[in-house]
Amino acid sequence: MELFANLYTGFEVALTPLNLLYCLGGVFVGTLIGVLPGLGPTATIAMLLPVTFGLPPVSALIMLAGIYYGAQYGGSTTAILINLPGESSSVVTALDGYQMARQGRAGLALSTAALGSFFAGTVATFLLALFAPPLAEIALKFGPAEYFSLMVMGLVASVVLAHGSLIKAIAMILLGLLLGLVGTDVTSGTPRFTFDVPELADGINFVIVAMGMFGLGEIIRNLENEETRDVFSRKITGLLPTWQDIKSITAPVLRGTALGSALGILPGGGAMLSSFAAYSLEKKISKNSKNFGKGAIEGVAAPESANNAGAQTSFIPMLTLGIPSNPVMALMIGAMIIQGIQPGPQVMTEQPALFWGIIVSMWVGNFFLVVLNLPMIGLWVRMLTVPYHLLYPAILVFCGIGVFSLNNSTFDVYLMALFGILGYVLSKLDCEPAPLLLGFILGPMMEEYLRRAMVLSRGDPMVFVERPISATMLALAVIGLIVVLLPSIRKKREEAFTEEG
Amino acid sequence: MSGLGIRNQKDFYSGLLFILFGVAFMWIARDYNFGTARRMGPAFFPVILSGILIAIGIAIAVRGVTVAEEPMRGFTLKGLVLVIIGTLLFGFLVRSAGVPIATAALVAVSAYASQRFNWKPTLVLAIGMAVFCTVVFIYALGLPMPVRGPWLGG
Repeated sequence: MELFANLYTGFEVALTPLNLLYCLGGVFVGTLIGVLPGLGPTATIAMLLPVTFGLPPVSALIMLAGIYYGAQYGGSTTAILINLPGESSSVVTALDGYQMARQGRAGLALSTAALGSFFAGTVATFLLALFAPPLAEIALKFGPAEYFSLMVMGLVASVVLAHGSLIKAIAMILLGLLLGLVGTDVTSGTPRFTFDVPELADGINFVIVAMGMFGLGEIIRNLENEETRDVFSRKITGLLPTWQDIKSITAPVLRGTALGSALGILPGGGAMLSSFAAYSLEKKISKNSKNFGKGAIEGVAAPESANNAGAQTSFIPMLTLGIPSNPVMALMIGAMIIQGIQPGPQVMTEQPALFWGIIVSMWVGNFFLVVLNLPMIGLWVRMLTVPYHLLYPAILVFCGIGVFSLNNSTFDVYLMALFGILGYVLSKLDCEPAPLLLGFILGPMMEEYLRRAMVLSRGDPMVFVERPISATMLALAVIGLIVVLLPSIRKKREEAFTEEG
Repeated sequence: MSGLGIRNQKDFYSGLLFILFGVAFMWIARDYNFGTARRMGPAFFPVILSGILIAIGIAIAVRGVTVAEEPMRGFTLKGLVLVIIGTLLFGFLVRSAGVPIATAALVAVSAYASQRFNWKPTLVLAIGMAVFCTVVFIYALGLPMPVRGPWLGG
């Protein structure tokens, strides 16, 4: 079986002592920072990116993937213990998880989240290993028209599935696309939107935008209403689920895993959508649906499995096509480029050790999360007691050092400050930063594929609808847009997202 | 603001902001070669994108005068200014004075934005972060950043 040969290659890479150490380190640091309220996976990865600069490519990516899971796991812990979801995908976990904690079942909620996540992670890793090669093969046949249409579909999907105002999300994507074009035009060599600033000739680094908007912008926003947090000080006991608990979470975990794996592959999907969809599904089919929101264990098991599965399978478009489906994947792509790897379908064939090493290390990372983090829950709870007014200056320092060390450039630090202002103002205006970031990373790619497709078709835009794969993707994008614009569905979508928030 | 007939400030101002960005990008791109559909010039893609952005910005702004919603909550000017100044100061100091000084300065300035600011823990944090970052990033991770800048004879 080729699958097992591939996995074997992966295990060989992932299980070297050094890579195990980086995986462990990533998971640990990721959890540590993820537990700190107000810091989700995107900000955590952006902040810690410089730490990986000096590592070999495989180790760097393994560590970053570990940070990603760790941060996500940390987000669930805060959601359960202090009703403060560290990131959007654990919003629904807070609904029932926090209630369980208040009823003295915090330990059970935490272990349910951990075990559900681990199971989902295991399944999703297998799916990834199974589906990545055929997808990469198809991707190799993609021409510029297919790539362009795929990105259009991805961007449309990201607004359709995201929460908040649809039209504002589209505007944010466009703004992101435009900002992504800053720099030297590859085809003509013309410097665009650079204001004759030499530092802008290569374009704006993605990390600067991410840290400015997710780091600085978020901190300023938090300073608006500093509240005292209700710190969970009780000792956490009862971590081990009983046989009865395991029986009651089995089905929700299975359903969550399936749903999450499917939704994670969708561009713009990933962890957030998965957890939300799994929660509403569970609530609909559960016999004791009136318990939801009051500490139902299914309400923790399903979304936690789903978001972990989704997080995992969202690597599929990134690894096989080189296209990010969410800001975290965009950061991973940024990290690959810094390491000198051009993401895309050729990575799998040209660097099998790297490709399979990353995939297997995801599973290893998930394993570490369970065996390390449940016993160390006391430490994470202590982290929660760090007051925010001492926390945010430290975060700012990490952002500053991280951005400065990208190019040893002070200009980048000033630029980050500028994006901090922009991020704060936009978030005050209820404009989500995630679509902007997605547009930002896709902008240059989209333009290049558009240009190439048009050169090949001699200027005939029909090329996008004449080629079947491209046409299908564009059709899906159009259908997606029409569907959310239909009044009845629009109302449902709004209801759904209000319920979530 | 209601005197102007703006019923939803968030929509109105974000629409305005998007229009502003669209116009700016289009204005700057006017100097670049537009090209043809077959051989797109550097202006082609940005001009089309900014055109759509302006159109959507108008739609959002119009919605802002027609659909009422809760008003915007006030800006935290103190937080905004201190966080930004702290960051700029860090950028200014990091090369000329070195990482420890820049770090301490950023902590001190930004911490003052909190309502719970207290100079004693802030001082401890500033020194602690300066030491931590110097040890971890410069000595342990080997990032090429100055410990002492030229100002301190480095």
